[in-house]
Amino acid sequence: MSTTTPAPKRAAAPAPKVALDSFQRLSRSTGAEVKQGDVILEVRDLTVNFWVNDSWFTAAEGLDYDLKAGEVLAIVGESGSGKTQSSMSLIGLLPKNGRTTGSAKLKGTELVGMPQSELREIRGNEISVIFQEPMTALNPVYTVGFQIVETLRTHFLMNPSDAKVRAIELMRLVEIPDPEDSFNKFPHQLSGGQRQRIMIAQALACDPKLLIADEPTTALDVTVQAEILKLMRELRTRVNAGIILITHSMGVVADMADRIIVMKDGRVVEHGTAADVFYRPQHPYTKALLAAVPHLGETRIEDGRSDALVVKDREFLALEPADDPSVVPALLLENVDITYPKQGRRPAFRAAEGINLRLNPGEVMGLVGESGSGKTTIGRAAVALLPVSAGKITVCGIDITGANNQELKPFRRTVGMVFQDPGSSLNPRLPIGESIGEPILLHEGLKGEALSKRVEDLLDSVELPRSYRNRYPHELSGGQKQRIGVARALALNPKLLVADEPTSALDVSVQARVLKLFSNLQEQYGFACLFISHDLAVVEMVSSKIAVMTHGKLVEVGATSDIVTYPQHPYTQRLLSAVPVPDPDNQRRRRELRDAIIEREHIVS
Amino acid sequence: MTNYDDSPVRGGAAQGPQAEQAATASDPNIASDLAPVDAALTADGATGRGEGVGQAKETEGLSQGQIVRARFLRHRGALFGLITLSAITLMSVLTMGLGPIRGLWKYQDHTRSGDMVNGGEPSLRLPFAGGGFAIGDHPFGQDSIGSDYFALVMSGVQTSLFVMLVLGLTAMIIGVTIGSISGYYRGKIDMVLMRFTDLIITLPVLILGAVLGRLLDVIPIKLDATAAQREALKANMPLLLAVVLGMILWTGLARLTRSEFLSLREREFVDSARVAGASDWRIITKHMLPNAMGVIIVNVTLLMSVAVTLEAALSFLNFGIKPPNVSLGLLIADNQGAFATRPWLFWWPGLFIILIALSVNFIGDGLRDAFDPRTRKIPSDRAMKKAARELAAANPAAAIQEAK
Repeated sequence: MSTTTPAPKRAAAPAPKVALDSFQRLSRSTGAEVKQGDVILEVRDLTVNFWVNDSWFTAAEGLDYDLKAGEVLAIVGESGSGKTQSSMSLIGLLPKNGRTTGSAKLKGTELVGMPQSELREIRGNEISVIFQEPMTALNPVYTVGFQIVETLRTHFLMNPSDAKVRAIELMRLVEIPDPEDSFNKFPHQLSGGQRQRIMIAQALACDPKLLIADEPTTALDVTVQAEILKLMRELRTRVNAGIILITHSMGVVADMADRIIVMKDGRVVEHGTAADVFYRPQHPYTKALLAAVPHLGETRIEDGRSDALVVKDREFLALEPADDPSVVPALLLENVDITYPKQGRRPAFRAAEGINLRLNPGEVMGLVGESGSGKTTIGRAAVALLPVSAGKITVCGIDITGANNQELKPFRRTVGMVFQDPGSSLNPRLPIGESIGEPILLHEGLKGEALSKRVEDLLDSVELPRSYRNRYPHELSGGQKQRIGVARALALNPKLLVADEPTSALDVSVQARVLKLFSNLQEQYGFACLFISHDLAVVEMVSSKIAVMTHGKLVEVGATSDIVTYPQHPYTQRLLSAVPVPDPDNQRRRRELRDAIIEREHIVS
Repeated sequence: MTNYDDSPVRGGAAQGPQAEQAATASDPNIASDLAPVDAALTADGATGRGEGVGQAKETEGLSQGQIVRARFLRHRGALFGLITLSAITLMSVLTMGLGPIRGLWKYQDHTRSGDMVNGGEPSLRLPFAGGGFAIGDHPFGQDSIGSDYFALVMSGVQTSLFVMLVLGLTAMIIGVTIGSISGYYRGKIDMVLMRFTDLIITLPVLILGAVLGRLLDVIPIKLDATAAQREALKANMPLLLAVVLGMILWTGLARLTRSEFLSLREREFVDSARVAGASDWRIITKHMLPNAMGVIIVNVTLLMSVAVTLEAALSFLNFGIKPPNVSLGLLIADNQGAFATRPWLFWWPGLFIILIALSVNFIGDGLRDAFDPRTRKIPSDRAMKKAARELAAANPAAAIQEAK
């Protein structure tokens, strides 16, 4: 057991009823008391290496920065740029084949090369981490309260009832509704946002000096993200901690960061204040990164009138008549209900109800909503992967409601689908060429030379080298895999393409290119497209119309410019205001606007 | 301007060769549209870095089969197992022949009795035991009626290996079929097949084997089978035993295949095959089975090692292989009374049972590691230090860092 000196009283602690100072510390506290503005972390020439194939591979090198208490330092970069590894190396959480050199001092205590036993006293106590995926970072077999208490009792000599009081207090701090009741809940009983709040409460349990937030909002919906960011912004003034925010989203950075480090291939390419990096970027990579971020409302038109249709509850949405009534819509949904059947004790769940949607040939419609809003369900029903429980779906004049596999065969030729996760949508055991050629083989019976020719043409159209035909999916990058997914969907020259979050798993610059490619292909092939996404900015870039969904119902349908500029339905307004834009000043205005909207709604309801 | 590589990647996937990208020109329009992005992103090769990069580097440019082979060959235990098993198989086939083909050993008929030489003691002499190396007339000695024990053991090895292979194959066919059908279709079919599997699991293998072995003796007599038919039945005893045991032991495999199919079913490539219009048969055989093959192969090998010992146990209990066939378990059973006086009659078959079961087990282990992408070789401290020194030699600045 280590020596325990009572930690000095902290000035700006969030007025705790249970003062941590009254308990014996079981873990050493490093350095002295922390005040707002003190430098808590000094990193000098930090380098992280990995042992790969009998040699050292540099994942991050030459990091130099200081972090003050109450300050948010954002480390931005694409996946694989070393941003996570360099931060995890601070608390010795690298994989076994990793190695750290250089220096990182937490209030004067050297962290690099510290033995595991001492590091253990620092983790969770002086430095804590908020992980990306709240579902997997919380242990599903313990209650959330227990997990906070566990952290507390690891570092403090506390009896369970005191720890519980402190835990409930922390849960109140992070705005968990009804903390006494939630204390005994298991992670799966809470929503994603609440789970992330619990993670934050756990991270704050011991009043850490340094908080590492590793993509804290990436797994969350945009409105939930806005709330978590709001919470974190409030917390930074209430706790004396420096925050390292690791993220790839420029919008989140604009919302939170005081200073920004831009990393690329393990090197720091730019380091400066938020304003410097956003308004006066120096390095070409930073400029490119900022240019690649889709900006919401870029295609704003100033005409002031909105044609957007607000869909009233259960009301038949006027199926916007085509200019020419003889035009057969590429996709027509009439009063469609989709129900997931009862499974065991889980009751039947209605994922979509009363959906009326019309998509004309050659048109791109964005379908937007949060997770669980039923947007993917509609996409899957449109390609007959899911049965409908009521209503009628017609694709290019073919009624696919209740058709069996044999009857669907001709219909399969007219649709293609691009899936969300490029990693799982290609069969890892098949060469790329076979994956792309499969629809052609199945529907046109082409084999050998003729098939190779078609596959090569498709590879050309998605701008990949023909030699990729013989490669396996694991040899390709995420963006390349997604292009293969697009090529496969276009193999039979479909009239309707359903794209289910095609870019949500990609880095922002890769996303920009895939979207560009997608728009070009759309012009070239002229297919109609249902573009499903949670990201309004992305949808705005590609689609001419937007449909907004929430809780299984369509709430608003209209031209893209109308929806983005003059949203009618309150949900659409809230959704729009929650999207962080990569511009600190603009983002601050939007944030205030959003708070106003929420306040107004609360007054109304 | 190359437009292909999408820069650093989630999980750090491998990058295509740069030469290839340079060789194929891209659409100039798109390239110019995104010129600034491209310029920055492809500036220095844009190799994936960070998490998972190790695996990506190791697997660059190889097909999945090649990766599995490389990983398997790196597993020392598996390599040892493979070499031992091949050596044993080769030895038994070379000496005793295969089926009608005669082998090279002078005593081809293992049932023939002979004169006792030196009290039936092994004539094999090894250098470290003193007296130099000699094979002699009966290297493994002779049994109680003077038959050559080397011939007996080698025939027994063949029977054991044969039972092992047939049992593995039978169990694989039944288990994979039932598992894949119930995993793919789910619902009622799954329900029926899995309850049937549960029923089979409740059957005690040893007792069932014993009863069936007994029935094979009794039924031909009851049915008034001719002597020739009974002989044929006896001669094919190893085959019958293997098939029957295989029909009991498939249950674990069926459950594993089912759970693998249940998770594969949720993968998007299965949906995409369905959207492409593939039939159920095609989806199961072309898309799902190859992906489940790793699990299946591994468990079949592990099942095979169980089979070797199970066959020995059944034969030991006098329920499995019957004379004139010979198996390792039967040899042990026949000679159990001689353990105190002539222990070699016990040791030789025992040694081969252990060697075969152990080798197959190691091979199964190696296959599991090779197919499981999560297992990775962790470098030894020595190798890491050595690399650090080399790095220091190449880069003096780092050496100073190291010295601190």
